[in-house]
Amino acid sequence: MVIAVPPHTTSNAARPKKFEEEELLLTGSEAIAHALRLADVDIVGAYPIRPYDAVMQAVAAMIADGKMDCEYIVAEGEHSQFELVKHASAVGARSFVGSSGVGWFYAFEAIAVTAGLRLPVVANVGNRALDDPGAFGVEHNDALAVRDLGWLMTWVETGQEAFDAAVIAYKVAEDPRVMLPCAVSTDGAFLTHSQHLVKIPPREVVEQFLPKYDLGDRLFHPDNPITIAPQVDQDWLTEIRKQNDAAMRRAPDVIREAYREYYELTGRQREPFVEEYMTDDADYVLVGQGTIAMPGRVIVRRLREQGHKVGFARLKWFRPFPADEVVERLGRFKGVGIIDRDYSFGSPHHGGVLFTEFRAAFYDSPKRPAMINIIGGLGGREFTAADGQEMFNLLQQATAGELKTNVHWIGVRE
Amino acid sequence: MTLTTTPPAELVDLSSIKTVKQVPYTEYFVSGHRTCQGCESALVMRYIAKAAGPRTIVLGSTGCMYVANTSYYTTPWVVPWMHTQLGAAGSAALGAAAGLKVLMRKGKLANELINVIAFCGDGGGADMGLGAISAALTHAEYRFLIILYDNESYANTDIQLSGSTPYGAVTTFSPSGKKRRIMHTRWKKNTPGALVAGHPDAAYIATACASYGVDFMNKVRKGLAAGGPAFIHVLDPCPKGWHYDPQLSHELGKLAIETGIWSLWEMEDHTVKLNGTTRAIATGRAKRKPVREYLSQQGRFAHFTEEDYALFQRRVDEQWTKWLIPGVVSFGIEAGTPLNTPAPAAADV
Repeated sequence: MVIAVPPHTTSNAARPKKFEEEELLLTGSEAIAHALRLADVDIVGAYPIRPYDAVMQAVAAMIADGKMDCEYIVAEGEHSQFELVKHASAVGARSFVGSSGVGWFYAFEAIAVTAGLRLPVVANVGNRALDDPGAFGVEHNDALAVRDLGWLMTWVETGQEAFDAAVIAYKVAEDPRVMLPCAVSTDGAFLTHSQHLVKIPPREVVEQFLPKYDLGDRLFHPDNPITIAPQVDQDWLTEIRKQNDAAMRRAPDVIREAYREYYELTGRQREPFVEEYMTDDADYVLVGQGTIAMPGRVIVRRLREQGHKVGFARLKWFRPFPADEVVERLGRFKGVGIIDRDYSFGSPHHGGVLFTEFRAAFYDSPKRPAMINIIGGLGGREFTAADGQEMFNLLQQATAGELKTNVHWIGVRE
Repeated sequence: MTLTTTPPAELVDLSSIKTVKQVPYTEYFVSGHRTCQGCESALVMRYIAKAAGPRTIVLGSTGCMYVANTSYYTTPWVVPWMHTQLGAAGSAALGAAAGLKVLMRKGKLANELINVIAFCGDGGGADMGLGAISAALTHAEYRFLIILYDNESYANTDIQLSGSTPYGAVTTFSPSGKKRRIMHTRWKKNTPGALVAGHPDAAYIATACASYGVDFMNKVRKGLAAGGPAFIHVLDPCPKGWHYDPQLSHELGKLAIETGIWSLWEMEDHTVKLNGTTRAIATGRAKRKPVREYLSQQGRFAHFTEEDYALFQRRVDEQWTKWLIPGVVSFGIEAGTPLNTPAPAAADV
């Protein structure tokens, strides 16, 4: 498959627009709430856990102020929270839900069946480290745990992208070619609770972009006497799972279409899958997802000042994993350092989840750069300039064939 | 798909059924299931569907009535049916009812009365999903009915004990062995009593038994017409789990009530009313039968000694002598305590 790769350094230069946007100072969570308001979400299932619940607080305030009309149900636990939106989605209601860390795990059963049922619920995961021991800060293992189940999964970096991605998430999830739930991940604290200037388009623009939610002949309604999710056993399960697989395989094209349309409309989000920074002449690239891109760009600029040819690439969608595009783009570098804000204990190389996925993506590629794994930033620990220097040193040494191991935990105190 | 804009009003009939001759002829739960011979839970499903009629959606949680009842290509459900997870009957009912309500309010769906019914077994309702049912019953703004069909074990997974299994019963998790005759020493949880006592915003809560079919169907209709969250707990004799001749299901259901082990009652408008045989026992018009008549017909109690029968009888007697309401609220109140006190006069407020 040949992919037309856009220019490597992303330009988000706004196109001339035919409408005025409101510019507000919003946290990532509040930005998502504005997207839900404009998407005319019908039902929200809430349950408190930090840090994702900031989005639910923002939605509640909008409802209380009459700015949004939706059912707002506070469940008695995440399992019920995710179950109730699943069933609301089945009767035709556009649904929103979310959680963080162990809360996301408490809902795991409901999360699994939502994908099995092909119901396009959109969820916000405010990424948080799992217990035990407790930590409020970000780690990606919560959301990543569902990676095999048929959820579309995207990680965003800024408040603006949180808004844009939440709108796009409904477009992709509800597309008849896809019909899969979508998790929009926002790094706990770094994005859920930090403020950004966010441009909010008028309602008509979002309405123009986002068609009405239509389940078609799968609507759970007395006029449509169907039996949903009967016991199929070995007779049919393989065929039904294969349909989910086909839906996920169709998703990349649908995502590309949605981003193209959104970019035409707003001048934002030109790159659907991978966003690059200072990579045009680079020999080395550091790769990560979520808010890691912010310190990542600073690190790259510092290294550039020292004369190193290094850039940063941010993965925007984890499921579907854009393997073709990743190989095409990253294959041109000499050394690639995959930064994981997560772990996958006992996995091949004992590395992180992203590292394992990236390596798998490159297996059939004729162009295989040196690839190492950096694990760090767990529990919300920040990446420092010194960390950046260490990452680059490791990457340089690995590329020169001087390292025996390819997985490196960074900033670990002895 | 095209939806009807105004379904005929006669499709929703929640009026009271006076006699068995008035029971609707049309079935909405038909052949296609593969439940055991003598399965009362399948009869419960049939009664629910018959009483509710065609403008109904049914959510069924995992259990016998999912696995044995709803196989691909042979669904017995004429009305739309959807699976929900084992502990999710409460949240399924809540989510579907809330979804319909908001879509109708926003004009995205034609405004009509759609019955939302979710069911679960005793494993799904009395054990795993009790929290979700409890939460659902606090949502006075939504209209739905949750039905717990209680066959007193995890009957679908091989007859394991649940919180709703009676004291001393043999299950695959509580066999009667050479060293320990009785493994299951917990008394059956009073699930409907706990729910009726703790949920002042529930519009309707009742118990039932398929041996009293008309009573049950009327309770289904009352629950659906109550205008808020409703719950019915049905005791379902289970030949496979209770070890008895399948032709005796109806008789065992009756005996459960005649011995006072199970009670028939309903709560409407914050008032509990005892029904049928339970009412007759409570008012002295009928005499409670000894529990042995019920227990001795079931293989799960075959290991019972005189001592066990006596203990069981004593505990059931307590339900009728010490409980505040026979078989309903599982505690009494200090003698002489006035049960109701007058509201303060307007001048005192």
